[in-house]
Amino acid sequence: MPSMKKMVPLFITFISGAMLILALFVPAPPFPGLEEEFSIWFDLIAVFSFLLGGGNLLRVHLKKVARQERDWMFSLVTVLGFMLMLFLGLFKIGANDWSANYLASGTAFKWMYDAVFVPLQATIFSLLAFFVASAAFRAFRAKTREATILLIAAFIILIGRTPIGVMMTSWLPKSLEFFHIPNLSGWILSVPNMAGQRAVMIGIALGIISTSLKMILGIERSWLGGNDK
Amino acid sequence: MSNQTSFWEKISRIDRRWIFLTIAITVSVPMILGVDFAAVPSPMVEDIFHRIEQLPAGSRVLLSYDYGPSTVPENQPMADALAYHLLKRGCKVYMMAVWATGERQATVTMERVVIPSFPKAVYGDDYIDLGYKAGNTGLMNLLFTNFKRMYTTDRTGKDIESFPMMQQIESLRSFNMIFSISSGQPGLKEWVQFVGDRGKIPTSGGVTAVQATELYPYYPRQMFGLMAGLQGAAEFESMVIEKYPEYAPMRTALRKMAPQTVAHIAIIVLVVLGNIAYFTTRKRGK
Repeated sequence: MPSMKKMVPLFITFISGAMLILALFVPAPPFPGLEEEFSIWFDLIAVFSFLLGGGNLLRVHLKKVARQERDWMFSLVTVLGFMLMLFLGLFKIGANDWSANYLASGTAFKWMYDAVFVPLQATIFSLLAFFVASAAFRAFRAKTREATILLIAAFIILIGRTPIGVMMTSWLPKSLEFFHIPNLSGWILSVPNMAGQRAVMIGIALGIISTSLKMILGIERSWLGGNDK
Repeated sequence: MSNQTSFWEKISRIDRRWIFLTIAITVSVPMILGVDFAAVPSPMVEDIFHRIEQLPAGSRVLLSYDYGPSTVPENQPMADALAYHLLKRGCKVYMMAVWATGERQATVTMERVVIPSFPKAVYGDDYIDLGYKAGNTGLMNLLFTNFKRMYTTDRTGKDIESFPMMQQIESLRSFNMIFSISSGQPGLKEWVQFVGDRGKIPTSGGVTAVQATELYPYYPRQMFGLMAGLQGAAEFESMVIEKYPEYAPMRTALRKMAPQTVAHIAIIVLVVLGNIAYFTTRKRGK
């Protein structure tokens, strides 16, 4: 017999899940309005997840700083950056009055966002181009038949996504239109890729349905923590 | 022969900093020279353009900014060109974000395109910035049934009821069209799954090249068009410029096509060199 500590969440999950399913299939009151209410609850919980996330970030990094673990200076920068942005946003530093938006012109938050956050994110993402090129040079090998097909497909997509693809094969006659690189690239994306994507999506959807049902019916309990199956 | 082999051995063991330098040069030179490449629109992008062209003036269009600064080079040109095209057609544009970082990107569109190009357009009457709300797909679900329960104010905190263009909005079904410019989850895929397909609301948008492959299964039945990556943005820009040449100075995707093209060619050359080096040195090893 499970303890109350586990019975209560299981009961709430069953009621919530069952009601949401009914809300979708039963058009009679009070079910149609329930979906809206549940969505509001979901949004409220989502807002609290920010608090949890922030708290967790502080806990992990402050512990690292306090123990002076490896690379603790980076954790210190993370904590200071987090606290600074939180302070600037909450107290609307630089804004004319309290009713102003935290992202309004002239606020310190907006300045930090534009001058620090944007270039940092852009820089980190831009580095991908360098690492992708290096990784492709070292690892993309035509070792097997499948790898060779993948390599050829990658080349077609890479060229097809640029104006060079149009220039390279624009001389082909109308009867060979299919072999225009942009058309070949489009075919790869909308036929073999789409078939694979659909298979993955259907698989994921079935997996979500079965896992959800198992959770609603209390068969799957790993989300409660502990060792209960 | 041995000299040739030793050359390929050297190539196979090349310091990766040379590869980084090659990419840096191939990307920088076209940017510095300011080379412009034309983009031939694909059917998926043409569909978006023509559907907007067919919208009657006064149509209500939602534009969701679901990305952050990291993907601005791909996503921002899409959002800017869409906002321009929609306002040019006399549509009412409702900007919002399901990503916290998307809120700022909406203001970028306003500052870069909307305010300078449409000085007569009135905020709250022709366009509005509703800002960001948390909740991801939960938010989409709620907006689908009751829009104003979540959005009680605009981004600046003013009462939503004080804006004339919000009077006709009850739920997402009140919109004639929905666009999402996205680079991850939640994004265009979720807008199609949770809103567009469910409410039979025409939905489309633009995504990063990496995300594009996931969206193909929805075209053309559940999603009427797609701008895929920088190429998609450049194709849409070229169509907008063809019809409205005054947008030409604001083009950004078309300007970035040259660096992308050269970088793609550089990567192909590197992969070919890597393969030749691999097979040559492997033969020697046997």
